[in-house]
Amino acid sequence: MRVRVLAGVLALALLGGCAQRQLGHHMTNVAGLVAPLKFHMSNQNGAAVSAADYRGDAVLLYFGYTHCPDACPITLAMLADAISQLGAEAGRVRVLFVTVDPRRDTLAVLKRYVRGFGPQFVGLRGTHAQLTRMIKRYRVSYHDEKPDASGAYEVDHSSAVFIFGPRGRARLLAQSGAAARVIAADLRHLLATG
Amino acid sequence: MRYLTYLLPWQFSPTACAVFGLTLALYVRGWVVLRRTHIRVRPWRALVFGLGLALNYAVMQTYFDFLAQHMFWIHRLQHLILHHIGPTLLILSAPVPILRAGIPAPLWRLLNVPWVRAPLRRLWHSLQHPLIAPVLFVGLIYFWLIPSVHFTAMIDTRRYELMNWSMLVDGILFWWLMLAPREAQGESALGYGARYIVLTAVALPQIVLGAYITLTTRQLFSIYAVCGRAWAISPMLDQQIGGLLTWIPAAMMSAVGGIVVIYRALSEERRMLAPGVPQASGAAAEATA
Repeated sequence: MRVRVLAGVLALALLGGCAQRQLGHHMTNVAGLVAPLKFHMSNQNGAAVSAADYRGDAVLLYFGYTHCPDACPITLAMLADAISQLGAEAGRVRVLFVTVDPRRDTLAVLKRYVRGFGPQFVGLRGTHAQLTRMIKRYRVSYHDEKPDASGAYEVDHSSAVFIFGPRGRARLLAQSGAAARVIAADLRHLLATG
Repeated sequence: MRYLTYLLPWQFSPTACAVFGLTLALYVRGWVVLRRTHIRVRPWRALVFGLGLALNYAVMQTYFDFLAQHMFWIHRLQHLILHHIGPTLLILSAPVPILRAGIPAPLWRLLNVPWVRAPLRRLWHSLQHPLIAPVLFVGLIYFWLIPSVHFTAMIDTRRYELMNWSMLVDGILFWWLMLAPREAQGESALGYGARYIVLTAVALPQIVLGAYITLTTRQLFSIYAVCGRAWAISPMLDQQIGGLLTWIPAAMMSAVGGIVVIYRALSEERRMLAPGVPQASGAAAEATA
């Protein structure tokens, strides 16, 4: 019995050792760890959309806000770069940009913002309840920082890009610093294997 | 009204609801049953038990859980409570006779069916082994702090729950072996001298790990940057406070445990030396302790 318990502890340790499969720099395999794509929000045109609307596409999910000075534009530009390397496959990729600052990011603001990055970019805006459900589901957080004298404020938020396969299953997590070339290769692989 | 929402679970867990609910129900029922048989249980015991239960519940099923998911040092505080402080309070309240009295008779009979009882006993004895228990205790702390393991535990809800429950269950097992009176431990009773050695032995690796996390200049846990921190704090400061919590209060709990062990040894000796008082049997001694 004691041997069995010890064996169990060892097995757990081994399991931990191979738990996080590293695939190139800043990319993590999260298949089976992160919940499948599921949400209800409005897109930048004001239409109610859900995960079902993006079945068949590879989906890149990112939380941010349009007043973001650095992280968001850098990440979205990098994703646009990755998509541009896909050629004909680019049409099967969607980037869902979920605003964590719905107060300032009205649909009109969101629409203008995502258009700048390309046709694959979708702006999503939810009610407080919808947004809360989503950040709980993906275990991310955001919070407003103190406003400056003019009332402008920054929002602290997650930096992860969650990547889902065409069937809505979570596959990869790209951390900030991931290269466009690597993401493009992963997307090509995702679209080929489903 | 807004503050009330902080008391609600960040992510509702049916497991937590069932475990905490049933434990509380069992305890209350046991209290009532004992009262009816005119066995008086001192109120401080219920108070300490309730405090231990409430602390464990609060760090798992309130807004605190959100903070623990998104701030390394709060996560360390959560584990300090689940693995050290909460179980210590539960064990020091000597809850077994009360919980035992709360178990309904049919359930008690089921637990005593030989093919149910035998494997449970074997499992209990292996977990209460004086080598396995401390290895498991320290091993779990190290295991969940392996950076790659920590990453997946924070990103996956099921692993996160498994991590927290493993800490609470192991905490209860370990502190029971360390702090319960010897006569209440039955067959797997451990001498007080051996306990003192085990308590010292588990403090050292916790000090080493805590000091490493505090003093290293490397950022060990990327998950908090990836998923966002609960409020603005420098990642290194977050890691250093977390390291200190792993280092000092966790190791201090060994000192607290040591004091309890000395107290137990002395009071046992006093009881044995007391003239004319027959040595109390296990359950009775605990019921009146």
